[in-house]
Amino acid sequence: MIQFKNVSKIYPNGTIGLKNINLTIESGEFVVIVGLSGAGKTTLLRSINRLHEITKGEILIDGQSITAAEGRELRNIRRDIGMIFQNYNLVKRSSVLRNVLAGRVGHHSSWRTILGLFSQSDLDLAFRALERVNILEKSYVRADQLSGGQQQRVAIARALAQEAKIILADEPVASLDPITTRQVMNDLKRINQELGITMLVNLHMIDLAKSYATRIIGMRAGEIVFDGPSQAVNDQILAEIYGETMSDEEVGAYAR
Amino acid sequence: MNRDRLQKPSNIKAYLTFILFILLVWGSAVRVDADLGKLILGFPEMGRILREMWPPDWGYFPKIADAMLETIRMAILGTTFGAILAVPISLLSARNITRSPILYLSARLMMNLIRTIPNLLLAALFVAIFGIGPIAGIGALTLFSFGLIAKLTYESLETIEKEPLEAMTAVGATKSQLIVFGVIPQILPQFISYVLFTFEVNIRAAAVLGLVGAGGIGLYYDRTLGLMQYERASSIILFTLAIVLLIDYFSVKIREKLI
Repeated sequence: MIQFKNVSKIYPNGTIGLKNINLTIESGEFVVIVGLSGAGKTTLLRSINRLHEITKGEILIDGQSITAAEGRELRNIRRDIGMIFQNYNLVKRSSVLRNVLAGRVGHHSSWRTILGLFSQSDLDLAFRALERVNILEKSYVRADQLSGGQQQRVAIARALAQEAKIILADEPVASLDPITTRQVMNDLKRINQELGITMLVNLHMIDLAKSYATRIIGMRAGEIVFDGPSQAVNDQILAEIYGETMSDEEVGAYAR
Repeated sequence: MNRDRLQKPSNIKAYLTFILFILLVWGSAVRVDADLGKLILGFPEMGRILREMWPPDWGYFPKIADAMLETIRMAILGTTFGAILAVPISLLSARNITRSPILYLSARLMMNLIRTIPNLLLAALFVAIFGIGPIAGIGALTLFSFGLIAKLTYESLETIEKEPLEAMTAVGATKSQLIVFGVIPQILPQFISYVLFTFEVNIRAAAVLGLVGAGGIGLYYDRTLGLMQYERASSIILFTLAIVLLIDYFSVKIREKLI
């Protein structure tokens, strides 16, 4: 469970990132956050595992405050939160397997992982994760040899090997073609349903959001302007999230 | 938009840079009394020495083989020790890995301090400490390699991709795990390339170090030049050239494989 309590974020240059957010996400939900670029989607997501610091309020993960956590405590909370990025964020020169095993480091002491002493169960977890995203045969290939979609699946495998309870996905399909987009989104959906991992996904495409999410959160200018089941999203709500829609005359003017 | 209104950016900056450069060269020449006339007058003398250098004393080769081997060994040891020392300092100097300004600024200060001391002075200092012999040379080369490799590596470190580091932070990695999994794979090819380059430089540097008694082939340079045995000096030069070319060839091959 993720809880936001009066969370605000103001960037050093004065830009408002988040404005008094109060939000609870239950375990096992598939939540998609939508909104324009700059609406605060990324800030919201990254404040959950503290890749971004908040300026006010508190965020609790399963009742434990990540805002107050430091050192080992912070690392242990992060260990339970997988993250998937728009640019995959793999180490390109390392093999697929090593990238996935990197997800295991939080479970072991530094010296063991530095010497590369992963146990058989770590390897099993890594291979099973790769199997789950249908990319097992690429285990020993260097990450930069893979296509974008394949790299994103490696990133998903890393989060699975991590045995995360929550997965944060920040625009996971923004760099992918429509077909690969479907595959990656299907993987996320399957993982959510089969393993019960809480899924928080940032998307800017509303159609995609509606077809995968059980719950949609709409953001605009750092505030939550909509929060409800995906079937409740209608044109009026879209207008509120994305701003005024263009009138027919305007569209006509552009067409001429 | 009207094309006439598009203004061509002015070239004034390029002209000024060029003028500044010319002034700098000319000014330096005046201040150090560099005189073209003197240079031309020196030519005949240069020619005389060059004539005496030819033909090289081929028979001298076997006599200096041991010293040459010692030079190579000094370079191998100095480069290796320097490279090992360079690793922690370059990591400490890189702003994207060491966040604390106090830490990275003091690491850089130490690195620059060591880089400021000239090679020969280092060697002379070590000769004073350890006495005449290769140990002093190895010490000097270690510090010299350390400065060079640390500087090049930390600059490369600051340009590595930050995304994988972000991912490592997100999985709950410690600093050392982040370095081993996120930083080292990204920097390793450049690092090895810098070590090989430093090794080449060290072979040449090691030859000079002998002048102050720090072991190796340099001792023979000193002796032959002192006794004006220029044909022997030229054979040492040729020998060194052969070794340098050989090392250059292999390190280019290795570097090709790395990229």
